[in-house]
Amino acid sequence: PQVHSLQELRRSASLATKVFVQRDYSDGTTCQFQTKFPPELESRIERQLFEETVKTLNGFYAEAEKIGGSSYLEGCLACATAYFIFLCMETHYEKVLKKISKYIQDQNEKIYAPRGLLLTDPLERGMRVIEISIYEDRCSSGSSSSGSSSSSSGGGGGGAGGR
Amino acid sequence: MTPGGGSGPMKDCEYSQISTHSSSSPMESPHKKKKSVPKRKWEVFPGRNKFFCNGRIMMARQTGVFYLTLVLILVTSGLFFAFDCPYLSEKITPAIPAIGGILFFFVMGTLLRTSFSDPGVLPRATPDEAADLERQIDIANGSSSGGYRPPPRTKEVIINGQTVKLKYCFTCKIFRPPRASHCSLCDNCVERFDHHCPWVGNCVGKRNYRFFYMFILSLSFLTVFIFAFVITHVILRSQQTGFLNALKDSPASVLEAVVCFFSVWSIVGLSGFHTYLISSNQTTNEDIKGSWSNKRGKENYNPYSYGNIFTNCCAALCGPLSPSLIDRRGFIQPDTPQLAGPSNGITMYGATQSQSNMCDQDQCIQSTKFVLQAAATPLLQSEPSITSEELPLPGKTSISGPCATLSLGQPTPPSSMPNLTSDSGLTDIIPLKEEHEGHQFLTPEEAPSPPGMLPSGSPITHSHTMHVLSLASQDSLHEDSVRGLVKLSSV
Repeated sequence: PQVHSLQELRRSASLATKVFVQRDYSDGTTCQFQTKFPPELESRIERQLFEETVKTLNGFYAEAEKIGGSSYLEGCLACATAYFIFLCMETHYEKVLKKISKYIQDQNEKIYAPRGLLLTDPLERGMRVIEISIYEDRCSSGSSSSGSSSSSSGGGGGGAGGR
Repeated sequence: MTPGGGSGPMKDCEYSQISTHSSSSPMESPHKKKKSVPKRKWEVFPGRNKFFCNGRIMMARQTGVFYLTLVLILVTSGLFFAFDCPYLSEKITPAIPAIGGILFFFVMGTLLRTSFSDPGVLPRATPDEAADLERQIDIANGSSSGGYRPPPRTKEVIINGQTVKLKYCFTCKIFRPPRASHCSLCDNCVERFDHHCPWVGNCVGKRNYRFFYMFILSLSFLTVFIFAFVITHVILRSQQTGFLNALKDSPASVLEAVVCFFSVWSIVGLSGFHTYLISSNQTTNEDIKGSWSNKRGKENYNPYSYGNIFTNCCAALCGPLSPSLIDRRGFIQPDTPQLAGPSNGITMYGATQSQSNMCDQDQCIQSTKFVLQAAATPLLQSEPSITSEELPLPGKTSISGPCATLSLGQPTPPSSMPNLTSDSGLTDIIPLKEEHEGHQFLTPEEAPSPPGMLPSGSPITHSHTMHVLSLASQDSLHEDSVRGLVKLSSV
């Protein structure tokens, strides 16, 4: 029994702030995100866990945008059918995107929601940012106003106890 | 079909959300009625696009030239298949209509694909993301805030060793990713923007460039093919019956030959140009600007190129096809923060006290935006749904004239405007703004312009905005008006 299911988190806690992880363009326009740890998450999550998530996501995107034999094959096949094949075929990219959204949901349930955090699929934000919502329990939000610095991570303790 | 029809109610929604937060208002009842019907995202899409088939098809708003393209291709090929092919297949080989048919099929397929697909539009920032960027910009500009004019909003990134400037887009509220550009006709930021092509009635960008290239390439083959065989046809006939009789026998061939003769040069030239662009991995936009030209400096090179022509071509034509980032057919879900629209940010924040400041800022961003839009609609180009709804714009340029003169040569104080003196909310705020900024000679035009710009239907929305404005906190207003000044002064 998961104490903090995603819906429950949204209902029981109030949104304190949002953190945005920006794109990393150093290797060109392929979709990669910065692995720099946002200081707002300092008291919420271990640096290692966060970096692992971002790196995994980057890996997925790199796989989706990889240029090589299979992508050439797909491209040429599509071209040969005057791109009509895309009406009934899913591209490799779309398959990976499905994997990514599944991965994000998984990570949310296992790691982020128990800590009062929530990742948003970058696809919903135009692949510009990874949006991380920081939630606060409603009861504690009245007294402590600033979300990230306060040690009111009651969600974290509750989640750990539940499992 | 156009999003204009859908954006009206949505806008009501946005603003009524604010007013319900601040006070009870009569706007509530229509709001509830509309909520019962789930809307798709294309219906409230902020760009200037047309959608067909419930959002499956996406085009620019002006499509007249696209229909011309379509008619030209269809008529010329139709005449060729109807009048030349029977003779040619009988006299030479039936392969001619077969090859022509394949080419025609390919041309139409790629043309429709180019015209009807999303060119790679970047969705606009959510209010939260925009606010976050504002904070970052303020931090970055913190030291030089006392200056006369806020520094230009750019961000520098290093791509494969080359420094590239990312510009801030005031319409989309994002730093445009490298290679992206804002299409002024469609009012969208488009990834890997190549150009806006009226002939296909769409922007050409990351997602439809390959279709576009295959279209012009196959079209140049088709035109050359038809031209060559029409000439053959006429020559064969004139050998039998003489030249004049041959023309009399197949008058369609003359028409085809004329159309092909005039179009073949531009089409072949264009496909040659794009072949060059593809092999060097550039966009038309970058080529025209000369972004990576050696003339700019010895160290200047194209950081996106893979280094060899073959890989560049393959990557552009057969690389992975990126997904559409605007979920056109998705439903708007006002309750989940996942799909937060402008109104959701507010309802979400409402709960916490700590966020009331943010909340005000959000309102203010919207309300000031509205005033600024009205003030400088042609300059800002932001939120076309509003501009197209409120102001029946005949064209951007026609209004930019008077507006420009307004902003330059009218240092009148706000009290001189009769429309505004009655409105206490605004007159309270304007001196306040002046105090905070020291841009006295610029601030007044922000306010006086709206009554002048808004048509007769505006009073409701106008007073609505004012109402919200009067509630806005000082700090956020300061921030927003600075932002507005950036917009105005950057023109």
